[in-house]
Amino acid sequence: MTGEYRLAEGGRINRDRPVRFRFDGHDYEGFDGDTLASALLSNGVHQVGTSIRYGRPRGIASAGPEEPNALVQIEEPFPEPMLTATTVELRDGLVASSLPGQGRLATEPDPARYDAINAHCDVLIVGAGPTGLAAALSAARSGARVIIADADTEFGGSLLGSGEALDHAPAGRWIDRVTAELRDTPDVTVLPHTTVFGRYDDNYLVAVEHRGEDAFTRQRTWHIRAREVVLATGSHERPLVFPGNDRPGTMLATSARTYVHRYGVLPGRRAVVFTTNDSAYAAAIDLHDAGVEIAAVVDVRPVATTLWTARCVERGIQILTSCAVTGTSGTDRVSGAQISPVPSADSAPTVPSELDCDLLLVSGGWNPAVHLHSQARGTVRYSEEIGALVPDSTPRGVRSVGAAAGSFTTGECLRTGSEAGRDAAREAGFGADTAEVPGAPSGPVTPPQPTWLLPGVPAESGDEQFVDLARDATVADVRKAVGAGMSSVEHIKRFTTIGTAHDQGKTSGLLSSGVIAELLGVEVAQVGATTFRPPYAPVAFAALAGRDRGDLYDPVRVTAMHDWHLTQDCPFENVGQWKRPWYYPQPGEDMDSAVLRECHAVRTGVGMQDVSTLGKIDVQGPDAAEFLDLVYTNKMSTLKVGRIRYGLMCHADGMVFDDGTVMRTGEHRYLISTTSGGAAGVLEWLEDWLQTEWPHLQVHLTSVTEHWATIALAGPRSREVLARVTSDIDLDNDAFPFMSWTDGTVAGKAARVCRISFSGELAFEINVPWWHGREVWEALYQAGSDQDITPYGTETMHVLRAEKGFPIVGQDTDGTVTPHDLGMSWAVSKKKDDFLGMRSFSRADTVRSDRKHLVGLLPPADSAVVPEGTQLVELAELPEPPVPMLGHITSSYRSAALDRPFALALVKSGRDRIGQTIYGHVGDRLVPVEITEPVFYDKEGNRRDG
Amino acid sequence: MMLIPCPWCGPRNETEFHYGGQADVSYPAEPQQLSDADWARFLFYRANPKGIFTERWNHQAGCRRWFTIRRDTTTNEIFQDDSHEAVTR
Ligand SMILES: [Zn+2]
Repeated sequence: MTGEYRLAEGGRINRDRPVRFRFDGHDYEGFDGDTLASALLSNGVHQVGTSIRYGRPRGIASAGPEEPNALVQIEEPFPEPMLTATTVELRDGLVASSLPGQGRLATEPDPARYDAINAHCDVLIVGAGPTGLAAALSAARSGARVIIADADTEFGGSLLGSGEALDHAPAGRWIDRVTAELRDTPDVTVLPHTTVFGRYDDNYLVAVEHRGEDAFTRQRTWHIRAREVVLATGSHERPLVFPGNDRPGTMLATSARTYVHRYGVLPGRRAVVFTTNDSAYAAAIDLHDAGVEIAAVVDVRPVATTLWTARCVERGIQILTSCAVTGTSGTDRVSGAQISPVPSADSAPTVPSELDCDLLLVSGGWNPAVHLHSQARGTVRYSEEIGALVPDSTPRGVRSVGAAAGSFTTGECLRTGSEAGRDAAREAGFGADTAEVPGAPSGPVTPPQPTWLLPGVPAESGDEQFVDLARDATVADVRKAVGAGMSSVEHIKRFTTIGTAHDQGKTSGLLSSGVIAELLGVEVAQVGATTFRPPYAPVAFAALAGRDRGDLYDPVRVTAMHDWHLTQDCPFENVGQWKRPWYYPQPGEDMDSAVLRECHAVRTGVGMQDVSTLGKIDVQGPDAAEFLDLVYTNKMSTLKVGRIRYGLMCHADGMVFDDGTVMRTGEHRYLISTTSGGAAGVLEWLEDWLQTEWPHLQVHLTSVTEHWATIALAGPRSREVLARVTSDIDLDNDAFPFMSWTDGTVAGKAARVCRISFSGELAFEINVPWWHGREVWEALYQAGSDQDITPYGTETMHVLRAEKGFPIVGQDTDGTVTPHDLGMSWAVSKKKDDFLGMRSFSRADTVRSDRKHLVGLLPPADSAVVPEGTQLVELAELPEPPVPMLGHITSSYRSAALDRPFALALVKSGRDRIGQTIYGHVGDRLVPVEITEPVFYDKEGNRRDG
Repeated sequence: MMLIPCPWCGPRNETEFHYGGQADVSYPAEPQQLSDADWARFLFYRANPKGIFTERWNHQAGCRRWFTIRRDTTTNEIFQDDSHEAVTR
């Protein structure tokens, strides 16, 4: 059963393939090749929803992506909100509903695949209408790499819906021939169903290809870098502003023509055609010939074009010149149009006459689709001749042509398109010629009469004259904005929301500029238009995300021992892209109890931690020592081979930005470590100084982070455990003192072992080639099993180091903290002429006595852990705001060793206030905290040698 | 997405690079001899012109090269006539 408005023949639909679908709870049938809109119209359904602010019935107003009204929610095959019915391809089983306002996202993950592809070409042609196809022919024949993309399901553009002839044959034949040639040309990529939605710097264009529900990937995002771009994006017909211009059955004239020719659908039985230009006459003629009664063509111009007048007379169609539609009637569908003569200075007011109709076709002129041109920073100007914005300047590598440049006859589009394709290919370095194009008939044209506000229509009806159907914004809204003193189109856009809906003002943008101009009494050119921004048409986030979601959202870095950690069911902490074990819960343990157990084990027995993620940079070259003296605050040139020194790096402003250990591995070679998250930034920073400021220094840097697997073995029993798996390293304190390193064999593998400690306990850091990481880890775990060797995670490591007052750069510092603020003046050399940050330590700001210092804080022993980030204030009672802030808590934990909560904090003049009590603001309470030295445990450092 | 000419690798997508700010802000020869005001000028004062700007980039996700280009900040046009070998700060 076909819809009652479907013509018996014609159209580019496949009548052998009927398609069943459901809309707003009713079952309908259409054909393969239909859009949801054309299928609904074939069944006589015009109204597809109600308006967002006023709840007025709204119908299908167009046949393309410019649609302001017909927003639908797709329910099946998969929920998708806010699609335009005019661009939804009909398919079997489609279930959709009308959508006033926001849509509904699916609650379950989208099972479809989305993908991305990168492409490079010499000439990208956007739009495959007559202009784009002609351009593609010229460019493709030159041998250039060409991509031609069009949002529609098939190539042809305006030719598909116009029924035009080219060289006296149906245009479809030329389209098919050209498309076939393009497909057969090597290095030409033919992309229908593809919307180029953004043009970015250096001709980087992004497009989304709709590959269909049954395709392997549903949508594919194209990232295209093009040498030259031809914008053959066509134009959009503009509606007209008059009272009641939003009733269902009101449609852009050329869209109605498209429904007839492309889909074999009559959008109504009896039409009134209201126009300001010639293009609507073709619609009137074609609809008449297809069986629609044309009640009248209402033309605001005093004289109609001779050719069109003759054609109308032949068919008995009346033309009412110098007339306008000044009102409509009907409830859910237009049932009549009120026609009034356009008043002139000396005419008397007249009573409008009413014509019955179920279809009201409007044409207010044509807006070139200058979106991508504008995104390319091309300027536009208002053209009085066509009453629209046209490209003005030509951005580098981008040329607009055809209707997008304001040429509206098919013949001119074909000719200029062919030339633009040739010119673009030549610009890209190819010897191109103009491809021959077919002839298209054209006659003389009467200039359009751009019309914004109809003269003689009373201002009171302004709230029924819609400027932006999608936003339900009216002439009254614009009047209110202008009345409030606004004159900038950008301000009025924001006040009225005109042009901010899903359609980005494709039909309403210039219309609002025209209305504003009339209300302000200025020229449209003075008002201009708002900025065009990407995307040209709505794009699903799923398409933009492509495969970069879920596990593939961001690269994940894991250590050599990761699989072992997985067997322990430990939660992981994300540190940059690294996954680090957070803590290792035993059955029934929560995080707090696990961390207390792990801390206790390290302080009393032995623990082990995977510290492979610390950044490691190999520094080599005859000037390595001199270089490190310049970038660290302390002196590294005096470090002996075999020894290790802790180092701080500052920016030139004197603020700490990274820290780590420096091992001298040779006369001209060091291995430095960085924070886990800071490794890449440190490398870039060092390269910067080497390459640009000190290129005379012979130093090479290599990131070796992932060459090594590193295990920290910590606790009073660590020496004992390590001794069981090494025979060639003398672990005695005198032979292997604190802050030294040695090469040897651990668990049968070559290893570099360091005596460094981040917990204050006796500790060893065992570095082995990444490949042996897990094997050595397991050997150590085995070797310590009778000592209850305890794997510990980042949380325990944080607690242990905080008990010792060791700061974590990035947690206890924030880019405003000097080494002196940290109480680490001992790490700042006084023997060097210069190093990065040195000069800043004597700046007035850095020698202030009220700078924030890193101190310890002790809340009451029986209280809870005070949250990190807690603001610190002076008094137990908050004064009237603004309350002076003393600083904030940077690290806060419960200590197993102290059996109480403790914290580190940055506090104004903190070191001068040790012993005083200040207050932490937690929720609505003030918690007293005593300021202490930052070292809470083993102040004398007796434990590091075991 | 700018196409930035790395002197080693040729033109590459902007996402491979890290911005380095104004070029030719040399590290003072003798910082300890500078007044606080002059040192602060070196640390904190940078031009932010509308128009042509000489600036530094680092090919962070590529060859790690630091280099200098001239770019029009209003159009993002990069002028290819520069000596990209320039290694000034
Ligand atoms: Zn490079």
